[in-house]
Amino acid sequence: MKCDEVPQQNAKAFMGHSKLLYALDENGRYVRAPSSGWEAEEIVLDQAIAEYEHQAKDAWQRARQGLTSTLEYHMYHERMDLVLLAQSTGYFKWQVRRHLRPSVFQKLSIKCRQRYSDALGKTLEQLDTLPEQP
Amino acid sequence: MNTVPRLPDDIEIPFDHQQSAHCESGAISSLLRHAKMPISEPMTFGVSAALSYAYLPFLKFGGLPLFAYRMPPGQVIRGLTKRLGIKMHFERFRQPEAGMTALDRHLSEGRVVGIQTSAYWLTYFPPDMRFHFNAHNLVVYGKRGNNYLISDPVIDILVECEAEALKKARFTRGVLAPKGLLYYPEFIPAHMDMPRAIRKAIRFTTGMMLYTPVPILGVRGIRTVARKIRKLDAREQHRNKLLLGHIVRMQEEIGTGGAGFRFLYASFLQEAAALLDKPRLTAIAGQLTAAGDEWRRFALHAAKMCKDRMPMDYGLLADELSHCAQCEESIYRQLRAELK
Repeated sequence: MKCDEVPQQNAKAFMGHSKLLYALDENGRYVRAPSSGWEAEEIVLDQAIAEYEHQAKDAWQRARQGLTSTLEYHMYHERMDLVLLAQSTGYFKWQVRRHLRPSVFQKLSIKCRQRYSDALGKTLEQLDTLPEQP
Repeated sequence: MNTVPRLPDDIEIPFDHQQSAHCESGAISSLLRHAKMPISEPMTFGVSAALSYAYLPFLKFGGLPLFAYRMPPGQVIRGLTKRLGIKMHFERFRQPEAGMTALDRHLSEGRVVGIQTSAYWLTYFPPDMRFHFNAHNLVVYGKRGNNYLISDPVIDILVECEAEALKKARFTRGVLAPKGLLYYPEFIPAHMDMPRAIRKAIRFTTGMMLYTPVPILGVRGIRTVARKIRKLDAREQHRNKLLLGHIVRMQEEIGTGGAGFRFLYASFLQEAAALLDKPRLTAIAGQLTAAGDEWRRFALHAAKMCKDRMPMDYGLLADELSHCAQCEESIYRQLRAELK
């Protein structure tokens, strides 16, 4: 890639920042070449974020209907999944899966909820409630 | 009883921030530069022999397998310092409070330190770029009030992070948990045999890319992934798109300097050509650049197919990947022949 081929497509995710690439100058020497965004990166980033948002929205609706606990919504909202939440709390996957059931979640001890609230960066009250909008 | 030494509230150690492509090579090269040892990011990356390719189907991220274009986190620092005889000081902590106190102590002693963090909890990251990745590296060069002054290698400007957020970022749990890791170079030898280190590193990298006995690493790994893509079930289009998007993100977005570190490595080969007085390496660097362009073409096509801006064609993507594998195989063989 030559310097004048370095994409400058002002990705909104970068929020005005740029990232560094390495590219060839006119003498064929590698130099540091900042890029403000590239179509390919933007597409796949949007795709990944949309997937988390879709899961969060789905969990939000199910939590409203009482089919799952608010914990599941917050898990996806913080861009985690079952595996990641289990790893960051130290619980087994089957335990987390069980804790996602509304009836079980309601009976969890403060200590156990605290672990989730630490891992998700939420207060205990936030963990227990759903926002107005997903 | 020990009294905790009180810190002056504001500390700022003069530090030359230079944006890098990759966090780990950026952090260590700027720490070394700070210690009066000028070394470029590509040189750091090359001498640590960090270039790689790995397809690890048993490690799942969001339900998708891991595709790595470099050696595991930590390898840049360890590989580089081992080959050059630099002694690093590493500290990990069980208690977050102890980790923060130690950081303050180093700063008050005028020491700039590198730390490992999660990328998700760093408040200065643009929200859309925040993901749960525990092996991000950055350099702390001071403290102002309740904020730490940070030179983040992948960010173009100097940034600040609030103490509570930084603590959370340093002490997340899970895979690759940073455990508050903090490091700085302790001893840098006066004389270093750079040419020897470069030769060894290139032999290591090319050996790994060409002769790994498992079909998921190196050039064979690339071929395996090409085969997997060719055989994707057309009925599972949503999942396939997620997989392709994931591959492209690992290749381009996660601070690779473009084309999954291939451009970074080509830049290293150019520098190495001068240091070893082997002009052939410059020509090989040119071929690696061309291979990198192929990787970028693959990424662009895959992304466009995800967004339906191009008709989905698994065969085409597989062909492009196989072509990358073929180019790289020839490049690594030439490198080995050249350094015999």
